[in-house]
Amino acid sequence: MSSPPSAWLHSIGLLGPGLPDWPHCAAILAGDATWTPEKTVLTAPDLLPPAERRRAVRVVKLALTVGLEAVAAAGVDATQLATVFSSSGGDGVNCHQICETLASDDRQISPTRFHNSVHNAAAGYWSIATGATAPAGVLCAFDGSFAAGLLEALVHVAVERTPCLLIAYDADYPEPLRAARPIPDAFGVALLLSPESGDKPIGRISAQLTRDSADTLADAALERLRHSIPAARSLPLLAAIAQRKSDRVVLDYLDHTRIAVDFTA
Amino acid sequence: MSFRGSVTPLLISRYTATTCLGRGLGPLREAMLAGRSGLKPCDFETVELNTWIGEVEGCDDEALPARLGDFNCRNNRLAQIGLTQDGFADAVRDTAERLGKDRIGVFLGTSTSGILETELAYRRRDPVTGALPGEFHYAGTHNTYSVAAFVQAWFGLTGPAAVVSSACSSSAKVFASAARMIEAGLIDAALVGGVDSLCLTTLYGFNSLELTSSQACRPFDRARDGISIGEGAAFALLERTPDTPQALDNGAILLLGVGESSDAYHMSSPHPEGRGARAAMEAALASAGLGTGDIDYINLHGTATPNNDDAEGKAVSGLFGARTPCCSTKGATGHTLGAAGGVEAVIAALALRDGFLPAGAGTRDPEPGLDYLLATRRQPVRRVLSNSFGFGGTNCSLILGRPG
Repeated sequence: MSSPPSAWLHSIGLLGPGLPDWPHCAAILAGDATWTPEKTVLTAPDLLPPAERRRAVRVVKLALTVGLEAVAAAGVDATQLATVFSSSGGDGVNCHQICETLASDDRQISPTRFHNSVHNAAAGYWSIATGATAPAGVLCAFDGSFAAGLLEALVHVAVERTPCLLIAYDADYPEPLRAARPIPDAFGVALLLSPESGDKPIGRISAQLTRDSADTLADAALERLRHSIPAARSLPLLAAIAQRKSDRVVLDYLDHTRIAVDFTA
Repeated sequence: MSFRGSVTPLLISRYTATTCLGRGLGPLREAMLAGRSGLKPCDFETVELNTWIGEVEGCDDEALPARLGDFNCRNNRLAQIGLTQDGFADAVRDTAERLGKDRIGVFLGTSTSGILETELAYRRRDPVTGALPGEFHYAGTHNTYSVAAFVQAWFGLTGPAAVVSSACSSSAKVFASAARMIEAGLIDAALVGGVDSLCLTTLYGFNSLELTSSQACRPFDRARDGISIGEGAAFALLERTPDTPQALDNGAILLLGVGESSDAYHMSSPHPEGRGARAAMEAALASAGLGTGDIDYINLHGTATPNNDDAEGKAVSGLFGARTPCCSTKGATGHTLGAAGGVEAVIAALALRDGFLPAGAGTRDPEPGLDYLLATRRQPVRRVLSNSFGFGGTNCSLILGRPG
């Protein structure tokens, strides 16, 4: 297989500052609505059992919300759906609380905080909420986490020939970690990718490595959002999708390489 | 539901592991043959817990190259110790020269990365502002990706890279990610493995869940009462097999199959019947085109908690019956968490190379229903299945074998 891995895009889920869902975000990216930045509103999905709903930390709410939006929009059965979760970090508040406790005189951390600290917390809660027993990939590539997740999901579809739901998400740390990792707010995006075109695909996506520079957004405020939250590095691709414009966009990945994503509407 | 990984066998052309048993393959092999454990009562940092640990000696003395100073943390120092054993680094450089620096992916597993640096930095916050000390470097240490960034920079590799961080299945799942990426043609080889190092989060965290033992862990023992946390660095170089099978050395070690699944059950307890564990093993067998009778030895996940071993035991006996020799080697190495899948893949490779079924250490009175090894057996080994399961109900099984 030498051509770049590719897949049909069936649906999108999105949540971010002033971006309550994908239709709202698409309207803004298409130039049909103006963006008013507001703090991202995170809620635990009703699908979670009561105990997990109570224990769900912010990144769990974020990841599940965008994943469920994509699944609902495509009308697919999540129980059989492979997933790739990709984020630059786990839950920042939870991490801060653990570090604070461990630096105190009483180091006894709460068991719930500990299990919420794993990078695959969102994947675990997702599997419990939806009953999904298919494999879940759980990745991190710092600021390039969206691109790493997209590559993993495209390769999954290309090799396994089954659908795959990519969920890329990042949320902010409180101080003092916020100064070291200044992510301002929560942003998540989910893309449902499939080897089959189905009835109404949004389009087709393929990706390959490139040395070209990453695309930026013309709107200064949206460009700041793109740059400040790793999952929002997806925005140039999402803009092409929102504008239904077949295009090649270059997204941030690693220090020495980016990914060129071809979108065919 | 579960998926096969790539069905195309891949060559594991070089491998190495460093744990509390010592640096590189030599001491690991000797310990496996002798049934020796590297565990000791916990004396790590300022930790005051009644538990045992598997510590790699000399982690604090390891110096990183000056140009990689931002990466200085226990996890990356341990990574460097691991990389420089058994000619592994030279093999990576040779492969990069042969295939191209951009054709080698780096996929490594870790659970806690360099979080110890942050734990220590939180003790040195500014008394007035609460700020972390100025020398704290988040991206190079704390961030989950840091070990892959470090290893990629260490070699100057420029292909795809990611950290897989799915708790204790992390460095088994990297084999699946790498195999798919090779199959898709994005890369021609991959540096895979896992690095996880001791820190307060995991020691106090597992203690809070009452999952740590007050003695050296005893996997699958009827009296088992918890894990012993260890640390480790394991690496393997995965490549395509030669076009002609005859060109393959008889002693070659192959990745034959990978299987992954999710429990959909609980964040910190396995499905009680081992549903996800069984699905992962079945998927690995399907991916390798093998039946249960083709497996000579199972390296169990075997953490030594009552629930984990009970669930895995049910999954293994349900699928294999009681006829396949099996064992957990965590009594020797401790549970190296995000490095465990990699460490145990290397143990599987050693078993295949040198012809023995490793028995681990610590277990005296094993649960009935399995052929659980109490002493290492010397015998030719053709295929090994290695299990790695983790928090969040994430499961991965690997099958390694020799040609033919």
